[in-house]
Amino acid sequence: MAKGKVTFNEDICKGCGLCTTNCPVNIVVMNTTKINAKGYHPATISDIDACIGCANCAMMCPDNVITVERF
Amino acid sequence: MAVVFQKTKGLTDKETHYCPGCTHGIIHRLVAEVLEELDILGETIGVAPVGCSVLAYDYFNCDMQEAAHGRAPAVATGIKRSLPDKIVFTYQGDGDLASIGAGEIVHVAHRAEKITTIFVNNAIYGMTGGQMAPTTLIGQKATTAPLGRDSSTTGFPLKISEMLATIQGAVFVERVTVHNPAAIRKAKKAIKRAFEVQIAGQGFGIVEVLSTCPTNWGMTPIKALGWLEDNMIPYYPLGNLRTPEEAK
Ligand SMILES: Cc1ncc(C[n+]2csc(CCOP(=O)(O)OP(=O)(O)O)c2C)c(N)n1
Ligand code: SF4
Ligand code: SF4
Ligand code: SF4
Repeated sequence: MAKGKVTFNEDICKGCGLCTTNCPVNIVVMNTTKINAKGYHPATISDIDACIGCANCAMMCPDNVITVERF
Repeated sequence: MAVVFQKTKGLTDKETHYCPGCTHGIIHRLVAEVLEELDILGETIGVAPVGCSVLAYDYFNCDMQEAAHGRAPAVATGIKRSLPDKIVFTYQGDGDLASIGAGEIVHVAHRAEKITTIFVNNAIYGMTGGQMAPTTLIGQKATTAPLGRDSSTTGFPLKISEMLATIQGAVFVERVTVHNPAAIRKAKKAIKRAFEVQIAGQGFGIVEVLSTCPTNWGMTPIKALGWLEDNMIPYYPLGNLRTPEEAK
């Protein structure tokens, strides 16, 4: 069971990848199969069950795309 | 389930024009979070610079004023002196603050104005396309230093925080960075402290934040974080240079 939950406001993601750099469980990835409204590959989660809700990803995001909840 | 991170009310809903991965966005958020946490959004007037953050007045959810290039500290002085109960801050890049505005920042500290400056040092002129700034590192390439900055013709990068820390009226001076979550937490603490110093009426405070410009550095946003860590931090050491306690 996941300890945390992250939600992406995908339409405003700029695809920069900064959120992928400091996830302790390495589950933040770029979705290269998708292009968002801005024309970027948005960030997403590869294994939501592994999230510990640390908020590192959200802290690195310059564009306030990510909301983090903890159970 | 509890929300542990969401966008601060200190920022407007407007999406920023910053390039992907530009850390101006992180620094905006930290300032906005501090204003929200100190519950001073309604009493704060920010002064935006000329540079990539020229549109900061659209992003901060408080009153804002635009200043001419480098003149934000002078404009902020006027605002603070006519409305002394307001919290006044400037948000300035290194081209704005260390080059054309070098006089203004020295004298706002010299006069011990009770304002707060957020100084975003990305070692280049971002907005105008990557010209050399006074803060550009030796060897760093810029459009006006295509072979890299050469000290024999352009001197050495200016250490603004160290310089301002010699001025008695600058009672809070700290250099921070935002290239990883631990550094971001520290940066926020320093920004909060700088605003608290203003609220307490103790004098001028400045937080220099090392920042990236992936576009004009010519690298990916992730590589830019590494470049900042490997090249900027050794020349621009992090840490506090002055607190009101020492300044007495
Ligand atoms: C009086 C005046 N001189 C020059 C300019 C051109 N100009 C615009 S922004 C800028 C420098 C911006 O660099 P910086 O302050 O480092 O901010 P950044 O864009 O890197 O965030 C310059 C020289 C101007 N707008 N006005
Ligand atoms: S909250 Fe922490 S664990 Fe969860 S995705 Fe973000 S960085 Fe990874
Ligand atoms: S840091 Fe933010 S803008 Fe950049 S890829 Fe991640 S979610 Fe998107
Ligand atoms: S030009 Fe540089 S400083 Fe300006 S928004 Fe783009 S990355 Fe940021």
